[in-house]
Amino acid sequence: MDNLIQVVSIASAALAVSFGAIGPALGEGRAVAAAMDAIARQPESAGTLSRTLFVGLAMIETMAIYCLVIALLVLFANPFVK
Amino acid sequence: MQSPLVTEALFHLGPVPITAPVAVTWGILAVLGGGAFVATRRLKLVPGRGQALLETIVATIDAQIRDTMQADPAPYRALIGGIFLFVLTANWVSLIPGLEPPTAHIETDAALALIVFAATIGYGIKARGLVGYLKTFAEPTWVMIPLNVVEQITRTFSLVVRLFGNIMSGVFVIGIILSLAGLLVPIPLMALDLLTGAVQAYIFAVLATVFIGAAVSEGEAPAPRRDSLQKER
Repeated sequence: MDNLIQVVSIASAALAVSFGAIGPALGEGRAVAAAMDAIARQPESAGTLSRTLFVGLAMIETMAIYCLVIALLVLFANPFVK
Repeated sequence: MQSPLVTEALFHLGPVPITAPVAVTWGILAVLGGGAFVATRRLKLVPGRGQALLETIVATIDAQIRDTMQADPAPYRALIGGIFLFVLTANWVSLIPGLEPPTAHIETDAALALIVFAATIGYGIKARGLVGYLKTFAEPTWVMIPLNVVEQITRTFSLVVRLFGNIMSGVFVIGIILSLAGLLVPIPLMALDLLTGAVQAYIFAVLATVFIGAAVSEGEAPAPRRDSLQKER
């Protein structure tokens, strides 16, 4: 029984990371594309744009990091595995 | 494989166990603090090489704070600059063989985020008074009070998890690659880690600035910009 929980934990950790990465990846792609567009139109505001872009990317990336942390909790700090 | 959430005691100081991240943190504090103390003993009007470097760092941090907050950076320079330099040094400490970034353990990040959380409240109360600061939770209407309270907590938590997740995953991936491939193969990944570490240090500092700026903003006129600094960048 204990073994089954571990198997399910590993599978769910892989699922959490893989599906959790889809959304942030698409979002980051859109954000960078929009920033590139804006820099191409207004190269003089590249400094402000890239600073805002970095902070925004960090925000988006947090979603993927949450999934990673959940996966780690499931793998290493699982309350159902002794 | 060792869990990234567990740290083992390096040695005991009386009844208190001291872990490796804590010892590394003390080392970083000693190097940064001692370095700043020694470097600022003999300041001259015409700076030498070291002083010019220090002045560049301070001026850059000042410019970033001024750009983000639209306010005079003087009250926030020590906190924001200290956070940025500490996180940057902590992320890059893995350049020294045998040391692991203390930010790869969640306790260090939690401590840093708690400092930011306390500073947000502190600066907010200082700028608006206790009642004035508490009133900002009821903006735009009183219905938003629970959401605003939750926001304070979740954004602090996301500060912790963002820094922890990024740095720890880098350390973890290098550990896995090392166990698979060995010599020279992890070097590109280590280079990527240095980039991630710098970006995360910058983001941590900018987010701290944004949070404090949001707590103190309104009611203050924007500080005049120094054109010379703008042209430099």
